[in-house]
Amino acid sequence: MSEKKKVLLQGDMAVVEGGMAAGAEFFAGYPITPASEVAEGFAKELPKVGGKFIQMEDELAGIACAIGGSLSGKKSITATSGPGFSLKQENLGLGIMIEAPLVVVDVQRVGPSTGLPTSPSQGDVMQAKWGTHGDHPIIALSPSSVKETYDLTIKAFDLTEKYRQPVILLLDEIVGHMREKIEVPKREDVESIDRKRPEGDRENFNPYEFTEDHVPPMPDYGTGYRYHTTGLFHDKTGFPRGTSEDAKKLMDRFSAKLEENKDDIILYDEDIREEDKTVVVSYGSTVRSAISAVNEARENGINAGWLKLKTIWPFAGEKIEEIAKKADKIIVPELNQGQLIREIERHVKGRAKVVGINRYDGTLIKPEHVMEELKKEVK
Amino acid sequence: MARYEIRLSGAGGQGMILAGIILAEAVLDEDDLNVTQTQSYGPESRGGASRAEVVISEDIIDYPKVIKPDCLLCLTQEAFDKYGNELKDEGVMIVDERIDTSKADEKIKENILSLPIMKTAIEDVGMRLTANIVVLGVIDKYVKQIDSENLKNAIKERVPEDTVELNLKAFEYGQKLAK
Amino acid sequence: MGVDIEKYLRSDKLPHIWCPGCGHGTILSNLIRAIDGTDIDPDKTVVVSGIGCSGRATGYLDFDTLHTTHGRAIAYATGVKLANPELNVIVLTGDGDGSAIGGNHLIHGCRRNIDLTVVLFNNQIYGMTGGQFSPMTPTGATATTAPYGNVDQQFDLCDLTKSAGASYVARGTTSSPRQLVKILKEGLNHKGFSFVETFTQCPVNYGKRNNIGGPTDMLEWQDGITVNINKWDKLSDQEKEDKFPVGIIHQNEQPEEEYTNRYQKIIDDMAEEGK
Repeated sequence: MSEKKKVLLQGDMAVVEGGMAAGAEFFAGYPITPASEVAEGFAKELPKVGGKFIQMEDELAGIACAIGGSLSGKKSITATSGPGFSLKQENLGLGIMIEAPLVVVDVQRVGPSTGLPTSPSQGDVMQAKWGTHGDHPIIALSPSSVKETYDLTIKAFDLTEKYRQPVILLLDEIVGHMREKIEVPKREDVESIDRKRPEGDRENFNPYEFTEDHVPPMPDYGTGYRYHTTGLFHDKTGFPRGTSEDAKKLMDRFSAKLEENKDDIILYDEDIREEDKTVVVSYGSTVRSAISAVNEARENGINAGWLKLKTIWPFAGEKIEEIAKKADKIIVPELNQGQLIREIERHVKGRAKVVGINRYDGTLIKPEHVMEELKKEVK
Repeated sequence: MARYEIRLSGAGGQGMILAGIILAEAVLDEDDLNVTQTQSYGPESRGGASRAEVVISEDIIDYPKVIKPDCLLCLTQEAFDKYGNELKDEGVMIVDERIDTSKADEKIKENILSLPIMKTAIEDVGMRLTANIVVLGVIDKYVKQIDSENLKNAIKERVPEDTVELNLKAFEYGQKLAK
Repeated sequence: MGVDIEKYLRSDKLPHIWCPGCGHGTILSNLIRAIDGTDIDPDKTVVVSGIGCSGRATGYLDFDTLHTTHGRAIAYATGVKLANPELNVIVLTGDGDGSAIGGNHLIHGCRRNIDLTVVLFNNQIYGMTGGQFSPMTPTGATATTAPYGNVDQQFDLCDLTKSAGASYVARGTTSSPRQLVKILKEGLNHKGFSFVETFTQCPVNYGKRNNIGGPTDMLEWQDGITVNINKWDKLSDQEKEDKFPVGIIHQNEQPEEEYTNRYQKIIDDMAEEGK
């Protein structure tokens, strides 16, 4: 029987707790407000289980080193905030190209530039998708509470190990720094997924074989497979090959990896009844205000529902299209000047009115702000 | 149960955030209560403004920050000037006696408790830094949802080991102030 | 008795992309000879490179090989090594990759004294991108981005890495391959951060533009600007000008001071206390 314990956990520490439960063994990063606590937590916990922690000399080295640790066979993680996330983009691209399992935590703060280091924002939503150059697959999760941070950290590790796709965990300064009473199971009781490792001899081994599930098995360094990996476009042997054919094949495999597994990757919760003509679509720190407002609205006879996105990328386009068929109005509260709303509008295609509620000054969107919008009639 | 909202405000370095954490931890052992704790602070390690917020509720906490405090603490003039006009009708505001509250709302004025918090910390306890724990002693009287023993245990867990006795003394002085 | 170099190469990926007369092949074959002269297990060896002509070297070597982003090879290698200290980790970098964009990671790798063997292919130019100057291009030399003569000054990379904390520092040339094998072998065996700077010729983008001549002229030129470390201290300041000492410049054998060993001690002490 598993025993759960109640703890007062800070969001950043929920990342640590979730990561350790998922079997993380390697952290490399660099201090930055409001993510430093993640590094500090791993610095403390990892050596206890023989894991390794290292504070590198800059943000780029942080993610590079974390990828190196992953290639050596360890479940690996790095953490940062907006300015550091910008710096990490090039090496994130390499991680995506060589298909290195890696969790990248971005505890968002108000930008641009140095911005407001201790205030929350959801300003990196588009950067998470497009930050690194070129077309590339990406998975980004957005927890809305400390408990969800714990759960989605474990999920992030599972997804990255399963699909060999770096996963971004988008927190914000509120979720990262708030403390909440939550129940967590004992670390040993948490099950997690490990990457597929090859069996058999190296003679027939190709590190980037085109398999049916699109995810090639990944050997640990030092186990005799002696394979090459590079950020250049490559063929199944891992060696650079720059033909258009090779490039297209690889890109298509990357897309297929996520597209064919979207039921596993695109996560959301909802409470939308048949009669709900207005739906609030939210993610991260705006979720609690959204749900609170919808509940109050219903008590006042307004037919409203809510959709909570836990996965931001790949985007839950099909779900939005489904909602747009029945709802007249979709409200999108965001702590930015309107980022995910563009993706929502793209899928709504004008079938419903889409209204944003935006705060980009470090303050939170309160339930009353969402309520105000819910009360308005749809013209 | 409706939410019970606590806001602690003062200068950076006065331990407002620690006090908030201790309050939240004290609720851990109340099986049917949920709690969230958040904070705001500026870049200065000392001085400036610092604010911690604790929300306690039987229901799932929808919005983790204070909407309108049931219990407000202001340790500095700056904190009072900034937060002193937001308080629930039956709420309680605890301020250090040196603070000038003359500009407060008439309705709120009746709910202000002006206490020698800093004086108690400096003269009775003997350490200015324990003012935040003195405050916890005062708050103990007003927040029925928190058990005094749990609060004392939370203090023991969170302060440096060699200051536990001193801080428990500060807590008791705070409890006396509230009477 | 020669070394079977083929054994260590991915022959099916040859011929390499380097220009005729390039010195990189010389470094590669002598690195292989050096590896062969140690008892390093090829199955437990990882070679990491950055971007540039030097970056391409990893593709031809039959080990676990990692071709990373520009300047960051040492950071990736740090992760590979720290996660599994049993691995022998070699870094191949260039003068641009290693001392310009990679400068920060170079000095911190030295500071940590982490057990990596870093071989810096110093051809004094950014070769792959067509001949821009690098921090190792001599003052006054011509490059595509220094058409009127390079105003910049060079690093002394051996001084730099030694000051930053590297416990093994050596310099060699492609003109003296036997010495190169020796200093590489010592570096590979050394437990700690080993830095080996190797002068190598880039006839196409450096030699031709600076009127040094073809590959063999460049090798002679290398000999002309280098002096064996044994003789170095006896030279006058004037004699030292525009010249570099070659051989083992600095060596300090203290394995307990190596980074992964120090970190392991924390883990071991904690496990002891737990008992």
